[in-house]
Amino acid sequence: MMVDIAFWFIVLLTIGSALTVVLNEKLIYSAIALLFTLFGVAALYVFLWADFLAGVQVVIYVGGILVLIIFGIMLTNRITSVNISHTSVQRGIGGIAVVGILFVLGVMILNTPWHQTEFVEPVQTTASIGTLLMMEYLLPFEVASLLLLAALMGAAMLSRRED
Amino acid sequence: MDSLNTYLFIAAILFSLGLFGVITRRNGVAVLMGIELILNAANLNFLAFAKYGGMNISGHIFALFVIIMAAAEAAVALAIIINIYNNFHTINVDDVRGLRQ
Repeated sequence: MMVDIAFWFIVLLTIGSALTVVLNEKLIYSAIALLFTLFGVAALYVFLWADFLAGVQVVIYVGGILVLIIFGIMLTNRITSVNISHTSVQRGIGGIAVVGILFVLGVMILNTPWHQTEFVEPVQTTASIGTLLMMEYLLPFEVASLLLLAALMGAAMLSRRED
Repeated sequence: MDSLNTYLFIAAILFSLGLFGVITRRNGVAVLMGIELILNAANLNFLAFAKYGGMNISGHIFALFVIIMAAAEAAVALAIIINIYNNFHTINVDDVRGLRQ
């Protein structure tokens, strides 16, 4: 019962703050709301028995990407303009289109006979993830490290001032 | 609460909100936030299928790669946005039409 209450509270928190992210006029409020969305998604990962992924989500998304986004806001607006706002366009048409897509997705989810298996709670996921990364998924793992290296160099080169 | 459909619906709502952000926001950074929401929705689906659909740990690995990709994408996108701001003095994605000034 307590778990149910906690679950629905987290769902409400996640979706409510996601609404704030896309609807709030002030960019910095959107960034702070994104923090709560990311934490909520991390908590949902815990409900899905993905403890390691929840930790990774908090470390990389909240600690890395969100800080990058706030840096982006700060660097592309004057700090003195307190009201860092931005406009949205075509909310009506966009809203109708998105509600239509959501409706189609909902119908699809309800009507598809998903392949479901009996699930057993894993003791710990970290060890299995490490083993899989070093065995079956070694090539994607190496490609990911190359991608990160390329992104690092690309970002540094792009944002460098040419003097 | 303990069903696949619940998580799929949450992910569908997150995806729709992210898409709404991408198509209505005009600020480059805000568009990026919408993309992050979409990626999170995809991750939620991967992990839901990992638990209920028999994907097991492979689903976790996919989600891990999505997070890695999101980190790389955010870094490069913000570098591009800052470059656009330096060149055009705006990050309104509708005003940035030319490849050069």
